[in-house]
Amino acid sequence: MFSLDLLANAVTAGILLGGFYAAVAIGLAIAFGQLDIVNIAHPAFVIAGSYIAYILNAHFGLDPVLTGVMVAPAFFAVGAVIYRIYYAAFERTGQESLSGLAFFFGLMFIIEVVLILVYGVDYRLVSAGYIGRTINIGYVGIPLRMLVPFSVAALLTIGVYLYLSRTFMGRAILAVAQDRVALQLMGADPVRVKQFAFGLAIATAAIAGSLLIIIGPVEPSVGRQYIGRVFAIVVLGGMGSIPGMFIAALLLGIVESLVATFMGPSWAPAVAFGVLLLTLALRPSGFFGRA
Amino acid sequence: MKISRFWVCVAVMVAAGLLFTGVSKNEYYFNAAYVILQATMMAVAWNILGGFTGYVNFGTAGFFAVGAYTSIALDKAWGLPLPLLILAGGAVCALIGLGLGYLTLRLKGVYFAIATLAMAIVFETLINNWSFVGGAKGAYILTPEKHLWFASYIEMLFMVMLLLTIACVAISRKLNASRLGRGLAAIRDDEVAAECAGVPTLRLKLVSTTLMGAMMGVAGAPYPFFVTYVDPQSAFNLFVAVNAIAMPMIGGTAHWLGPVIGALLVGTMQEIITVTVSSELNVLIVGVMLVVFITLAPQGIVGLFQKYRSRRTP
Repeated sequence: MFSLDLLANAVTAGILLGGFYAAVAIGLAIAFGQLDIVNIAHPAFVIAGSYIAYILNAHFGLDPVLTGVMVAPAFFAVGAVIYRIYYAAFERTGQESLSGLAFFFGLMFIIEVVLILVYGVDYRLVSAGYIGRTINIGYVGIPLRMLVPFSVAALLTIGVYLYLSRTFMGRAILAVAQDRVALQLMGADPVRVKQFAFGLAIATAAIAGSLLIIIGPVEPSVGRQYIGRVFAIVVLGGMGSIPGMFIAALLLGIVESLVATFMGPSWAPAVAFGVLLLTLALRPSGFFGRA
Repeated sequence: MKISRFWVCVAVMVAAGLLFTGVSKNEYYFNAAYVILQATMMAVAWNILGGFTGYVNFGTAGFFAVGAYTSIALDKAWGLPLPLLILAGGAVCALIGLGLGYLTLRLKGVYFAIATLAMAIVFETLINNWSFVGGAKGAYILTPEKHLWFASYIEMLFMVMLLLTIACVAISRKLNASRLGRGLAAIRDDEVAAECAGVPTLRLKLVSTTLMGAMMGVAGAPYPFFVTYVDPQSAFNLFVAVNAIAMPMIGGTAHWLGPVIGALLVGTMQEIITVTVSSELNVLIVGVMLVVFITLAPQGIVGLFQKYRSRRTP
């Protein structure tokens, strides 16, 4: 059962998978980690992104990654509108913890049901030249359908990291996460900054969605499995730290892949949630957290 | 005065239920009523933790399914009778609720909500891999031959469910008005302040989570006999969770009557829409109603009613 090449393959697959998880989790790292908006509908937006990639791919034969980047501005606008509603209904009145959660829960449900109503529960997939090809290095196989999402996710992570730390707007986002009153005193509007940041978070979901459908077929309720994964990654990564998030994503990918290889795939979904439960119970600030 | 009115209502409900089983011959009505009553129990149970205490539980489907699967396991192992199965389902879920209560020591607000969500998925994976109760394939349950003096098994189940629901509502009502309920409300409004004022927060939260778990387990335990085939996907249905949260939110969470009104209203509407339009659409409508209500009327129907009444009598 246990052999070295199996282990090497499992770890490689885990790293590639983990990189992709980072793309899904990065939007939540911004929304939940920086802005304190518990967007449990984030995976549902990712699935919506997958379906858009599927539609454009099926009708016009566009490359999924390209469609992800193309659709991102639209997702940005949707995110900004959702934040406006969220702000007016919950954040301003200080009810975000209970009602805000239920709001996103309802939103997730609506997205899922609308997708089921329109496209049914069949699995959908995309076609692109690189899907199905594999590079072999020694006895380790690297399928391109995993390598492409990994590379895009890594680029996305680096891009967001540089944006947040180098640009004016990015630093404003970090500032609003630290102290919104101070930001207000500096003459900036925290609501506008948060609106922009939340739009950015949802925009990353469009790209993550296109990556998800490259990796494998997608159906509407797949998103629910990702809730545990993304929250586990964000909490483990220390709430909003982008490098911490990336490392946590890789770790989770590797552990999940090892469990799937040596214990069977039916146990894999419990890994993320188990890790999440343990982290929350034992060290809620995460392994890369400040305190 | 008010107490007697409540118990008169209960007596009328029970009598109406008995009359209903005597008169109606159409099984569909019992099916529909069962579904609505089950949803009411889940909503009332969720409200004890979510509405009274202020801790959001997203893992309601997990409790429900554990109740159902406790039934299946005990039925397969020893063929226990239904009342014992209901007790067992309640007991197992009460224990899980107790564990969840200890989790509140470390986790507040959002983190607690996410942990409950995670817990439901962990249970689902466990049951998916537990072959004794059918695993991912699901399990068939034979409905017993005996059904007391009722004309059919579903009529008896309906009556059982009616009594259980009334019991849950009575407990929730009692809790709402009691010293315990005021303690819970204090925790909801400000846990630190409550602790400082001498409210035994941990003990009250444990009571709250245990009670919620027990009620959800009791609601889930008869489910296998109602559908006769259970698989993890249907038992851990997201729809159960959404209903359990949406119904109290729509009805109003602070008052014991809120989840009852919400569940009866939304549940009845769902049944009507399922029959007349389509079953997918009714799922969508719950989600839309949830979002609309919490954005526009955060106090729910009870809150709207109270506002209307206070405006008329200033």
